[in-house]
Amino acid sequence: MDVELGVAIIATINATIRFSIPITLGALSGIFCERSGIVNIGIEGMMLMAAFAGFMTNVALSEAGVDPALQAAAVRLGLSLLVALLTGGALGLLHGLLSIQYKVDQIVSGTVINILALGLTGYWYKSNASTMGKMQNLVSNPFTQDGSWKLSIWDNFSFYLPYDIGRILFDKDLITYLTLALVFILGWALYNTTWGLRTRSVGENPRAADTLGINVYRVQYTNLFLAGMLAGLGGAFLSLAAVGVFEQNMTNGRGFIALAVMIFGNWRPWGALRGALLFGFATALQGQLQQFGIDLPHQLVGMLPYILTIVVLAGFVGRAQPPAHAGTAYEVE
Amino acid sequence: MATTAHSSSATSSRRIQTQLWSVLQGLLVPFLSVFTAIMVGAILILVNGRDPITAYEGLIEGAFLEPRGLLASFRNMTPLVLSGLAVAFAFKSGLFNIGVQGQLILGSVAAAWVGFAFELPPLLHITAALGVALLVGGLWAAIAGVLKAYADAHEVITTIMLNYIASNFASWLIATGSDGSRPGPLASPEAKLDAIARTPEILDSAKLPVIYSVPPDFDLHIGVFIAILASVFIMFLLYRTTFGFQLRMNGHSQSAAEYAGVNVKRVTIMTMFIAGCLAGLAGGIQTLGFNHGYEGNQSLGLGFDGITVAFLAGNNPLGVNAAAFIFGAMDSGTKRMALSADVANELIQVIQAFILMFVAADQIIRQMYRIKAKPGSRLALGGSSKGGEN
Repeated sequence: MDVELGVAIIATINATIRFSIPITLGALSGIFCERSGIVNIGIEGMMLMAAFAGFMTNVALSEAGVDPALQAAAVRLGLSLLVALLTGGALGLLHGLLSIQYKVDQIVSGTVINILALGLTGYWYKSNASTMGKMQNLVSNPFTQDGSWKLSIWDNFSFYLPYDIGRILFDKDLITYLTLALVFILGWALYNTTWGLRTRSVGENPRAADTLGINVYRVQYTNLFLAGMLAGLGGAFLSLAAVGVFEQNMTNGRGFIALAVMIFGNWRPWGALRGALLFGFATALQGQLQQFGIDLPHQLVGMLPYILTIVVLAGFVGRAQPPAHAGTAYEVE
Repeated sequence: MATTAHSSSATSSRRIQTQLWSVLQGLLVPFLSVFTAIMVGAILILVNGRDPITAYEGLIEGAFLEPRGLLASFRNMTPLVLSGLAVAFAFKSGLFNIGVQGQLILGSVAAAWVGFAFELPPLLHITAALGVALLVGGLWAAIAGVLKAYADAHEVITTIMLNYIASNFASWLIATGSDGSRPGPLASPEAKLDAIARTPEILDSAKLPVIYSVPPDFDLHIGVFIAILASVFIMFLLYRTTFGFQLRMNGHSQSAAEYAGVNVKRVTIMTMFIAGCLAGLAGGIQTLGFNHGYEGNQSLGLGFDGITVAFLAGNNPLGVNAAAFIFGAMDSGTKRMALSADVANELIQVIQAFILMFVAADQIIRQMYRIKAKPGSRLALGGSSKGGEN
């Protein structure tokens, strides 16, 4: 074998993290919708639209003639990120308007958002748009390969310490670290704040929550806005950080995978991260199979996470416990 | 004698009149939804600095006025009728079949396999290929039905997952092996050269007969009649059979159906199976009539279009034909629209999204045009199936 196994392993770990970030954000988005009783299958569309809006802002600010103060990387990308977040949030509110105000079936409302996003981003897509650059890594790896100790396990199988550890921990962009922080913050907030308690009570029993004086719709709209922004952050990760350009249908089903991950993690933020890492790993492995000398068709390996989701959902392994009231419109009396 | 005959004919004509009126009222919201969505599209065209009138002239010309355009509208509506039926039929039982895409893909591949791997006499070959496509789509959907009935797994999520499994599986079957891996078992030996993953072309005996050709390269196949027949069959099944009655009862209230002695599990599985059969048939017809083999991505989006078509038709099996025709016409007119007014094809997708939005949120349309809501006229779905959980 002429492949350096150590290198392939580090590459797989990094790819796993890269693939799992937008899925984690999408799953968080799903969790905060469903925990407040709204099923959101429009995550895919929210991500796509936000990715597009963020990228187009970046393009617009990169044009010649724009105030140089706005073109500084931090300002330009900060504004692009903000636009992406607000776009996601706006679509979250649209989902609320349709499913809460107009009592549209939540699945249909989500489908509207998906088709709309695919259509609008395709309609406004410009193939030759260019920007002044994407997000750079927040902290670069302080270690070098030369200054590291070579740990040889086998022929063609060695690690460089601490250089290889640094490659996993550092060389990541802002959104990656932010996502990890969000998992902990939101995971804590869901169980330890008034907002979290209200969210869960609305999703489990809106009638009881209503009786206790909680404004059910307000909780739902707030969470939908937040959920839209989380999905938007996932979209921004793709078009502003990971890839750096917008491609048509670039979310490519990540929003749907996020739904699977949400179920996988049993509607808990911490579980979502674990699920996303598993899905990310399966995706990363597809690209690295041949590196490891495994002769399995990658399409079949790609089927595994979806099969696993069905297995989990069917209760063969553990038990999925969706919020009791997710999916049904609530009418205040 | 004469007076009674006169009065009875008068009442019957009045009855026909009121029936006609209620049908027209039922058509009002879908019509206004399409109209309003097209207006929204016009605004988007204006925003991009193009001329909406030229664009829509091109759309209409391309969809109806040119002979091949009109024929293309009929051809495009064919899979949409069936995918729309696959959604609408499941809706009637309170099930949301988002898995049309996967069922359709597997039906396509199955039809292609029967089409190129077996040598059979023409009529038998077509029947066999369509039969296998139908069965494969049906069994694939039935998985979601079984999971719903016996494991209480929500069909929306399971069908989405089954879509991905199906599309991965199909792309493995036809993989060219250009990336150094082994070619898929159904891959065309020539596919490696032109880098488009596909199955070998089906034999002539499996190709659907052509009704009308426009030289040099346009053929209308008989698929559209199969689709319309299927819609009549589904109408009959829903409203003239015991099973259809049980299915609709299940859709209105699962607990009521249970009390009435309906085997809800069986109805759920059978509903998904039949819905999947329709989607599989759509895929089979696409393969035998249009693509003459299975190509990756050939059916992109057909499954989701089925949802919009079903909604536009108010989940009425016969109405699905009209809704599918409108969508098919939009598809065949886009190329002309793009050419004559420099408007991107995707505009149609935006318009379709707005159609779905307006039809689903009919309150918006009613407020906009000041139409009084007819009691009980709102689409009863989704919520009705979940009603039992409260």
